[in-house]
Amino acid sequence: MNSHLNISRRTFIKATALAVGGLVIAFSTPNAKRFLLPGIANANASEEGKKLPTPNAFLRVGTDNTLTVMLAHSEMGQSIWTTLPMLIAEELDADWSKIKVMHAPAAPEYIHTAYGIQITGGSSTTWSEFDRYRQAGALTRALLVSAAANKLGVAVESLKTENGFVISGDTKISYGDLAEAAAKLETPKTVTLKAPKDWKIIGKATKRLDGPEKINGTAMFGQDVHFDGLMTAMVARSPVFGGTVKSFDASASKKIKGVHQVLQVPSGVAVIADNYWAAKQGRDALKVEWDLGKNASLDSKAMLVEFRKLANTQGLTAASMGDIKTAAAKASKTLEAEYSLPYLAHSPMEPLNCTVKISKDACEIWTGTQMPGTDQQAAAKILGLKPEQVTMHTLFLGGGFGRRANPAADFVSEAVQVAKAAGVPVKTVWSREDDVKGGYYRPMYLHKAKIGVDAKGLPVAWEHVAVGQSIMLGTPFEAYQIKDGVDATSVEGVADSPYVKGTPNHHVSLHTPKIGVPVLWWRSVGHSHSAFVMESLIDELAHAAGRDSLDYRRQILKDHPRHLAALNLAAEKSGWGKPLAKGVFRGIAVHESFGSFVTQVAEVSVDKGVVKVHRMVCAIDCGLSVNPDSLKAQMESSISFGLGAAMQSEVTFKDGMVQQSNFHDYKVMRMNEMPKVEVYIVQSTEKMGGVGEPGLPPVAPAVTNAIFAATGKRIRTLPIGDQLV
Amino acid sequence: MITLNINGKDVQLDAAEDMPILWALRDIVHLTGTKFGCGMALCGACTVHLDGQAIRSCVTPIAAAVGKKISTIEHMQNDKVGQAVQAAWSAVDVVQCGYCQSGQIMAATALLTSNQKPTDEDIDAAMSGNICRCGTYPRIRAAIHEAANKLA
Repeated sequence: MNSHLNISRRTFIKATALAVGGLVIAFSTPNAKRFLLPGIANANASEEGKKLPTPNAFLRVGTDNTLTVMLAHSEMGQSIWTTLPMLIAEELDADWSKIKVMHAPAAPEYIHTAYGIQITGGSSTTWSEFDRYRQAGALTRALLVSAAANKLGVAVESLKTENGFVISGDTKISYGDLAEAAAKLETPKTVTLKAPKDWKIIGKATKRLDGPEKINGTAMFGQDVHFDGLMTAMVARSPVFGGTVKSFDASASKKIKGVHQVLQVPSGVAVIADNYWAAKQGRDALKVEWDLGKNASLDSKAMLVEFRKLANTQGLTAASMGDIKTAAAKASKTLEAEYSLPYLAHSPMEPLNCTVKISKDACEIWTGTQMPGTDQQAAAKILGLKPEQVTMHTLFLGGGFGRRANPAADFVSEAVQVAKAAGVPVKTVWSREDDVKGGYYRPMYLHKAKIGVDAKGLPVAWEHVAVGQSIMLGTPFEAYQIKDGVDATSVEGVADSPYVKGTPNHHVSLHTPKIGVPVLWWRSVGHSHSAFVMESLIDELAHAAGRDSLDYRRQILKDHPRHLAALNLAAEKSGWGKPLAKGVFRGIAVHESFGSFVTQVAEVSVDKGVVKVHRMVCAIDCGLSVNPDSLKAQMESSISFGLGAAMQSEVTFKDGMVQQSNFHDYKVMRMNEMPKVEVYIVQSTEKMGGVGEPGLPPVAPAVTNAIFAATGKRIRTLPIGDQLV
Repeated sequence: MITLNINGKDVQLDAAEDMPILWALRDIVHLTGTKFGCGMALCGACTVHLDGQAIRSCVTPIAAAVGKKISTIEHMQNDKVGQAVQAAWSAVDVVQCGYCQSGQIMAATALLTSNQKPTDEDIDAAMSGNICRCGTYPRIRAAIHEAANKLA
């Protein structure tokens, strides 16, 4: 099927001449809903008809044949630096070796086609840009072909394109040689996209374009920014969230060689120095007296008691059908279980950092961020500037996992405050301890379920209460994610679960306690806890019914073909049902999130209470796979991230303070713990889903279900830690 | 003034003797390929070679490097084993966010320099101090085996 897209219907496109020669293709989405921070005027609401500045382009064709692709999204490991250029190159018939990639600045042109802000998150980049970037390639190709037709005096239809050239018989003209002429042409109103059968790049495993610079050490991360006059700052922050500075004594700090200033800022006390080492020593020497505020008694154990109490009562209704009480009374058997999961830090390998240079009417910011537009607005607000006076330079992100997408713009706002107070350009750098203790965690959750089954062991009454903080409260997404007090992300994977929906009588409700711990989306958001709960519960039901875990799921999911496709492929490839080495047991879990369906099969042994995961077999149906190799990499990544959290990671509180500080006590996955991983892709023409997150949710329950198979012990609390020792 | 030999060149630094090599490299010499990850020798992002041995530069003071040779990721293109490791990293397409990869490559190069045919257990022993939050471990393992085969 040829996708014949009427561009003007959805997007506004301009082709303009580059000041330095060449062709620029720019899109804007003037009608997309924009979300702005309170107090920021929508300065760019009416972009249509305005000449777009040259940096605000999706593609530049240089007269030297370079093709510069501007990324509306941030590269944080997920390989979007390669996937989006693949979309353009496919339609453009580009010479892949000529592709250069740049992060786009913060500008309205680059707002997410579905989310309304400039954001990289929600495993959404590829599907949300699938049309826009292909259109950019197709449009550029059309202009170049027209320019060639004019130059050669032949019909457009007689020309073909290949590997960066327009070809007419024996004559080949490079795109670079046509760029200037193409820039003077009128932009076509429509473009025809290639039929999938004609794809040469989409669907082919393609090597990362950012590979070479990340292998030789030249890739630039936010942490690597340097220019003359740049200082380094570290901020002493309250050991308790919400605490404030009562007083401080900087005399010892100022004696450290290289320390220039010690200043109070809204988030604490900043030490500004020549370099990190001096700043750190200066901060270590600093004496701060804190007013710890109202969170000084935060305690994880007390929180769990409180959550448990709340879970004994119904919360606000998230999903409801039938008559739960009558059905429960008639049930043959009832299963009642409580599950809990801790706060989790994202802890990307690159500690948070942000460089800020403020001049009279402008500000420049260099950082690795998933939300440059929001950061830009936050900086503008602090400085009394218009957003467009703040230039965002997004560098490679040394991991994001959601931490670098903060609607509160915490690390950027703080860095702006520090630079403003210091009066010099400053790079504010967090230590690992600052990162682990710094909040914006995956919230702690407790789920309680009471499930009545019929004589065949199938659920007929499912009552489910979830307890945990809301992530969306106070964010730009609040308006459409929170309905009647229920944050959809708190119950995603439960309220919309096929297990719950397929139970004729069900009730899902939510308690949202207000706790002074900053929380944020952590890779796979609500699914990071709900899949563990749901896939454990369904395993409990299967065992209670004396059924095989896989067969039981297949029966309940019989009307869910995409779940089944992922289940069946993983089952086949893992050899489900076939004998394993002595002492090794399997567990399975399947979960839908971010539009994709993933099954994980874990092979696990437990020796003297020590759990070892030997092999993970993963199958995914995400619809079209644009780059199968980066898809596989994301599954490997999700398995590592999910396993580390399931096995060892937790952030806990005592006396208001975080008890962990660095990788010795906030434990994450390491090489010796990593199992063998196999990833299989369901060949699918279904709707495209994401790949950055969906691999993670079924990891933990696959492992704990295998532990149950091995030991008969049901893990209902994460991390697994030494529960079995 | 302290004189350090970095990637084959003598460099004079005006820095305190207790400054970790990491910060001398990053903030004074501006060789930023070596990364800061934890500051406590817990993650390996800062791994460099000191006289060919993999060390954690975030906890090793520059005083300890006087009279020795510091080698960083920027120098690996001149090292036979380093070249093979980088080529294998490329062939396997190991990297994701990439932040830890300088340290991973330095650790892998040190391993393959001392052990031409590492087993999976040898790799676990040599590489488990290098954290990758993106979970590139299976590909790192595959790339180390690939480099070993190419060097054999």
